Amino acid sequence: MKVLSLNFLTCAVKACKSSSSSYPLHPQDAELVQDEIELNPDMLINVLPRLDWTALRTTSSELGFPPLPEQAPTQEELRTDEKTLRDLHHLLLETQISEGKLVCANCGHSYAVKEGIANFLLPSHLV
Amino acid sequence: MDFLIKFASEHESFRVPEIEALAIIENLDLKIKEYDRESPFCVVQLPSVDDAKKLLRRSVLAHSIHELWGTANTLDALHEVVKSQTSHLWPKYKDSSFKFVVDSFQGAHSNKERLALIDTFSYLPFDGPIRMSNPDDTFTLFEFWPFNSVPLKIQHPDSVRLGRFVATSARDIVHRYDLKKREYISTTSMDAELSLVTANIALAGPGKLFYDPFVGTGSFPIACAHFGAIGWGSDIDGRSMRGEGNKKKSLPGNFAQYGLKPQLGGFFSADLTNTPIRRRRTWDGIVCDPPYGVREGLKVLGLKNPENATWLIELGINEWESPDYVPPKKPYSFLAMLDDILAFAADTLVDNGRLAFWMPTANDEEQEIPVPTHPCLEVVVVCVQVFNKWSRRLITYRRLPDSQVSSTDLEAHEKKRLEAAAAHTGTTADDLNPFRRGYFRKFEAE
Repeated sequence: MKVLSLNFLTCAVKACKSSSSSYPLHPQDAELVQDEIELNPDMLINVLPRLDWTALRTTSSELGFPPLPEQAPTQEELRTDEKTLRDLHHLLLETQISEGKLVCANCGHSYAVKEGIANFLLPSHLV
Repeated sequence: MDFLIKFASEHESFRVPEIEALAIIENLDLKIKEYDRESPFCVVQLPSVDDAKKLLRRSVLAHSIHELWGTANTLDALHEVVKSQTSHLWPKYKDSSFKFVVDSFQGAHSNKERLALIDTFSYLPFDGPIRMSNPDDTFTLFEFWPFNSVPLKIQHPDSVRLGRFVATSARDIVHRYDLKKREYISTTSMDAELSLVTANIALAGPGKLFYDPFVGTGSFPIACAHFGAIGWGSDIDGRSMRGEGNKKKSLPGNFAQYGLKPQLGGFFSADLTNTPIRRRRTWDGIVCDPPYGVREGLKVLGLKNPENATWLIELGINEWESPDYVPPKKPYSFLAMLDDILAFAADTLVDNGRLAFWMPTANDEEQEIPVPTHPCLEVVVVCVQVFNKWSRRLITYRRLPDSQVSSTDLEAHEKKRLEAAAAHTGTTADDLNPFRRGYFRKFEAE
C-alpha cells in the first residue's frame, strides 16, 4: 500500500467518520519496501491539491521520513522544484507498506496489511 | 476539413461517444457531421490532418481515418465532386508513391471489376510510382451497399466516397489485453475491448487518478493504466485481488504482465457501503461493473438476521484480529447499490470527473430499470450492448461543479434516497434485485 493511498483512506467504521482523530490512520509494525518507479511530474502536480498535507506530514514522520515543510508547495512551485518533486515521488509512490497494521486513533480498530493489500472489511459489531 | 472515420463492425452505440471523449482528451475542435448506426462510416470535421491523427491514436472502436475527397451517390457524380473540389490538393501528391484500394461495405467485386473502378480515377495527375506495400499515400474508394446486396444481385452501391488515408487507430491493443492471454482472470472479468472503451469514455489519461470499487481481477484499472492513468481498486472479496498463492496469478501480477506497475495505485479489501475512502474530491474517474447478482451475488457487510445470529457477532468481537476471520455478509439491493455508487461518486469525483458504470436491464420496456440520477451528476451518454432478452448499458456521468448544482434538488434527492433505502428491506436475493428476478424468469411477465 502506497503512502499516497493512505492519504485517501480513513477508518471504515461509520461512527468514526465525524471524528477528526480517525484520520489519518496510523501505521503500526509497518514493513516498508521501496519500488523504483519513473518520476511522473504531471501526476504529482495533478494530485497535489487533493492531498491532505497535514495528514501527510503526520504519516511521513510516523514512517520515519525527514519532516515535510509546514505548508504544501503550490502547483507552480512544484513544477519547477525538482528536489521536492523527487522527495514527494519517493514518499508517495515509491514507498509501500507491505506488511503491518493501520490503526484508527478514535476507535482503536486496526486494519491488517498483507502483501501490500489492506483489509478494511469490518466485523458485524462495527457495521 | 472533413474526414471519414471507418469503424470496426461492433458496438455501434459506443462509437460516437468514444470519439467525442477522445476529442475532449486531445482538446480537439470536433464536429460530427454524419453518422448512422447502420453504417461503419462517420464523417467528422476537424481543423487539421494532425488533429485527425490525434483523434484516432487512442481509439479502440475506430479502424482508420481518411481525408475525405468526396461523397456522392454514384461513381460518376463522385468524379465530378473530386474534380471540382480537390484539384488544389493534387499537386501535393504529384510525385508521391501511392496505391488505390476499394473498400466495399456489404458488397463484393471481382479483381477485374476493382481494377476497372480504380482506373476510372486515372485523370488524377499522380506521376509517382504505384506501390502496393507502404506507399506514401493510399487512396480508398469506399462503397456503401444495401444490406444483402450480393444475394439480391443489387447492381450499384447506395453511396461512394474517396478518401486519402491519414491514420489507423489503436485497435491492436485489444489483442494485447485479450483475456485469453491474461495471466489471471475470473468468470466475470470484463473483456479487453469494452474495458478499453470504458476507459476512453471515462477520459482516463496521463497523471489522472482512477478508482474501481468492484475491481475483481482488475480489467478496468488495467485499461485506465494503459492510457496513463494511475489505477486504484477495492473489492469485498480480497481473494479476487490476491489470487491464489502464485504471484503471477494476482491483480498486481496482471499489472506486471503488461509492464504497467508504475501505474498501479493500490488495492484493498473494502465494501462500498462501509468504505474507508474519505469523502473528499479525489478521483478523476470512477469506473466499475458492479455485481448484478446473477453470476456473482451482490453482498455487503452485515448480518441477514442479526437477532438470530448473536453468536456471529460474538465471533466477530473475539476473532476479528485472526488472519482467518471472514466477516459475515448479507444480500443487498441492486437499486440501493446503484444509488450508493452515485452518492459516492458525487462526493469523491473532482469537477468534471467522470463516473462510468455498467448496469444490466431487461429489453422489455415494462421491466426496464431506469437510469439512476443524482443532482451532482449529469448523464453524458448511455451506450447499450444488446443481448437476447437483456442488455447491459454503460452509463457515463460528469460531476458538475457545485456552482451548477441546486441545493434544493440535492436535499430532495437525499430525502428520497433515505426513503428508498428504507423500502429496499427485502432479504432474499430475488426480492432485492429486479434484474436477477427477471433474468431467472427469462424476462417473462410476473
